[in-house]
Parts: sequence; C-alpha cells; structure tokens
Amino acid sequence: MDNLLEKRKGKFEKLRVLREQQRNGGNDAASDLAADIREKEKTMPELFVECPACHKEFTKRHLRDNLYVCPECGYHYGMPPEKRIVALCDEGSFKRFRYHFPEIDPLEFEGYREKKADLREKTRQDEAVLTGVGKIEGKKAVIAVMNSKFLMGSMGIQLGETVTLAVEYAEKHNLPLIIFTASGGARMQEGILSLMQMAKTSTAIERFQKKGGLYIAYFTHPTTGGVSASFAGLGDITLAEPKALVGFAGPRVIEQTIGQKLPEGFQRSEYLEEHGFVDQIVPRSKMRQVISQILTLHQK
Amino acid sequence: MEEIDSRIDEILAQGKKPGPMDKVLLARHPKRPKINQYIDYLFTNFFEQKGDFLGKEDGSIFGGIALFHGMPVTVLGHRKGNDLQENIACNFGMPGPEGYRKALRMMTQAEKFGRPIITFIDTPGAYPGIEAEMYGQSQAIARNLAAMSSMQVPIIAIVTGEGSSGGALAIGVANKVFMLEHAVYSILSPEGFSSILWNDASRKEEASEVMKLTADDLLKFGVIDEIIPEPIGGAHRAPTIVFERIDQLLCRELKTLCAKSGSELARSRYQKFRTMDEQFRVME
Repeated sequence: MDNLLEKRKGKFEKLRVLREQQRNGGNDAASDLAADIREKEKTMPELFVECPACHKEFTKRHLRDNLYVCPECGYHYGMPPEKRIVALCDEGSFKRFRYHFPEIDPLEFEGYREKKADLREKTRQDEAVLTGVGKIEGKKAVIAVMNSKFLMGSMGIQLGETVTLAVEYAEKHNLPLIIFTASGGARMQEGILSLMQMAKTSTAIERFQKKGGLYIAYFTHPTTGGVSASFAGLGDITLAEPKALVGFAGPRVIEQTIGQKLPEGFQRSEYLEEHGFVDQIVPRSKMRQVISQILTLHQK
Repeated sequence: MEEIDSRIDEILAQGKKPGPMDKVLLARHPKRPKINQYIDYLFTNFFEQKGDFLGKEDGSIFGGIALFHGMPVTVLGHRKGNDLQENIACNFGMPGPEGYRKALRMMTQAEKFGRPIITFIDTPGAYPGIEAEMYGQSQAIARNLAAMSSMQVPIIAIVTGEGSSGGALAIGVANKVFMLEHAVYSILSPEGFSSILWNDASRKEEASEVMKLTADDLLKFGVIDEIIPEPIGGAHRAPTIVFERIDQLLCRELKTLCAKSGSELARSRYQKFRTMDEQFRVME
C-alpha cells in the first residue's frame, strides 16, 4: 500500500500539469450545476486512480474531464448524476425537480435511517435518483439519472415515487423521457413496498407510452433486479453503456443456484446486444449526440 | 413435511398463533393445495393453454380458459408440482421469461375476448439461470407489469403460497389482490433477505420477523385487499374449506368488477398501485 502511494506521488507533478492544460482548454459548460461542481472541485485534493481494466494510472481530475472514461482503454467508471446532467444538457438548461418526503422507513429497519442520513451527507443527494427537465441540443426532455453509489441505487418508495413523478411530468407536458438506470434492484430495507414500486413505475411508463410518449432507457453499470425488471425494461429505445452489467439476477446468485461459473462477458451490454435486448451500445462520448439524434427523429 | 405439521401442532397446543417463520414453512408445505387443485375444484370445462409461441413451453406457469359458474375466464398461476418428478418438470414453480410470456399471451387473449383474469401466486421467485437471463427475464417481467396495468378486463390475484419477488408480482398487478391466511408475500425469500443484508442466510427466522411478509402485515400496508382464512393448522388439512371460501369470494368480486367498464377497470388498477404507498410518503 505504501509502495503504491509512493509510486503515485511520483507521477503527481506531471499529471498536475496535464490536468491544468486540459482544464483550461476543455469544454467550459457554465450552467449553475457546472459552476457549483467546479467550485467544489477547486478545494478537493489531487487524487490518483488506477483503471481497474487496464491498470494505467491517472489523476481523478483527468478522469473527470474525460467523462469518467479511462483515457487509455475506454473503461466506463460510474459517473455522478449531476456530472452526467452537465455533460448531457445544454448550458444552464437543466431544472431540477425537488420534492419533500418524510423519513420513509416502513419496516422500521434497524440502522436504515442512519445509513440514509450518512449517505445524504456524503453524496449530497437525498435519494439514488436525480430528476429534472433540460434541453439537449435545443430539444427539451425530462431526464432521470440514477446513482448506484446511494444504497446500490436500490428502489424504495421515495425513488419509485420520484421516477413516477418524472414520468407523469413528461406525460403532462408532452415531453420525451430519458432514464439513465443504475441499480442493484429493489430496496430490501423497505420490504414489500419496494417490490410494489416495480408495479407503480411500470404502470406510469405504460400510461405515458400509450399516450404517445417517447421513453429512452439508457442502461449504465449495474442495472439489475427490480429496476431492470420494471421501468428499465420498458424503453421504446434502449441504449447501454459499454460493458455495463445488466440482468435480472445478480451473477453471484446465479452461480450459487446453478453451481457453475458464468461465462466471460455474461450479462454485459455486449451480451444483451447479441441476444437482442438493446438497440445500440452507446459509449459516453457519444451519449449527447445519439440522444439528440433520437429526439430529432421523434419530434412531433 | 411431518416436521412442519408437528411444529404447528405444538404452537396450537400452546394456544399460540403461527409466527412469520411458521407461515413461511406452511406456505412452502409440500401438501399445500396447488394450482391444479384450485382449477379442478373452482372451474369447469378447463382448456389448458401451453407455450409462449416464441419457442418454448415453460411448465412453471400453468393455465388456460375455463368456466366459472358458467362465465368464461382465463385462469393461470405458478405451478410447483405435486411430487418430486413434477417439481423438477416445472422447475419448482420458478418461471423463466418463457413462462411470463406464456402468461402474457393468455392474458392478452383474455382481454381480446373480454374474459376476466384470475391468477394464483405461488413461487419462490423468477428463476435465476443462464438461459433465463439470455432470453430476457427482466424484460419479460417488466412487460407483464406494464401490460397488466392497462388491461380492460377484471384481474383478480390470489396469493396462495409463497409470493416471492418480481417473479410473483409479474402475474399480480390486479384490481383485487387476496391472500390466504398463512401465505407469505415478500420482496425476496427470508433466506435471500438475510444473506443480502446481513451476509448470513442462516438468520432467516430473524429476517422473516422484520420483513413484514404475513397477510396481516400486508393488509395493513394496503398491498392486499382481504385475507382468506384457512382451516386450523393450514390449508392442506382441509383444502375444500379454502376452495369454498375462494369460490364465494370470486363470485362476489367478479359480480362487482364485471359491472365496471374496461377503462374504469384499468383506471382503478392504476390508482391502486399509484396510491398504495401513500401513507408512507406524504408529509403530514
């Protein structure tokens, strides 16, 4: 561990210069959200990360400037929801939906409230999803971005309700809907009512689509369980980030059930594409362009 | 099997009521009435419909068209099988995507011909396997949830045994959801729950306590509409009592539901699931 730190420190100066160059010449999105993020980043210490796929090292800032994609091998890291919004939307066009919820804990599950409070402080998000309305190359859409860092992006009552309200907003205002999915499934800590969110969200999507609404589902890593088997699985257009894990049961559960190792690449985006469950795999660098294209093709 | 019965007898002898874990065991009791018995007793002229018509027949979903007191209905549910050979043939009641698509095919036809749909829920969950994933387990379940929500015919679901996870809900988006007294309905099995949250599958008893998976709990939550009482010691000890109660219940409910228009039925089903969790999410 010490050794690794030493090695990383050695690269510090070189990468700092690189980062400075990139930051000054980089894309300067200036929405409130973007400005807010930059402000926070100024005070952050410089950190190094190693790509889990190619093991090359670079600074976190370098990674951020590259949409959280490894500049060497294209490995897609998890991307914080607010940063995805900045990368996707026209400058200053995004308006976040905010709702007030009471503390939700139907099972009175031990430690659940504390865990949520802790995560709220750490992630500065109140739930595992961020929703709002924004413009993509001038085209307005309702956007929901899930956050797998918040209790695995699991779906409880608040998340299900927030997603449903976004769908209903899109329906009411006749807007397209884009959901970036990332979830470990239904939220265990809320029991059966988490399961019922599958019905609630799917029902809302069905009604929206029957009225002619366009829904783009964009799978990001990982999308599994109750989310993959409800609103995530219902897109008119379904996109996926490269190598995202997407499936109903988690790989560990399947391995335990069938008693054998799973094949390489199983349940990854490419596997789904091969078996006919995604329209296209779209890397993050093309995200804005492809979504814009789809919105254009559906303009009324 | 005898173990479960003697455990229950002991509880009853002490003048106590079966707790959550006892109910989990009762719900899984090998002799608990199965879908074929419900269909035999409650319906006439049953015509079985097999296949998803996309390449596979999945025995873990069983159903078809039948008459209920002279009225054509579509009836379907999970099939666990009555003995080991049957258990294996229908994968212990754990459907793959083909099973859900088979159910959807039956339900879509029911809507076309204006038949009410009655479903019987009894599954350990959707099957977690390679082929199930390959052929779109998630997609099949999601499609059922969405399609059921907008159907223009009455849908009644009865949880008769284990109602576990999305695999149960995939045939459970109904106007009315009923549950047998000792059935359980949950996000996951207690074993799965404790292994995910506590990394220890052996704490299933404790999990069953905190999960709130009994019919009483679910009635309080508004997830189910009514509890169907079972004979003392469980449905398997006197199945005809349960069949009779379900018969009366279906008569009553179908009379009310069939008087409503298709769009009214879809709207009220939408409202049911839209507002189910309201008591927990609305600020006081």
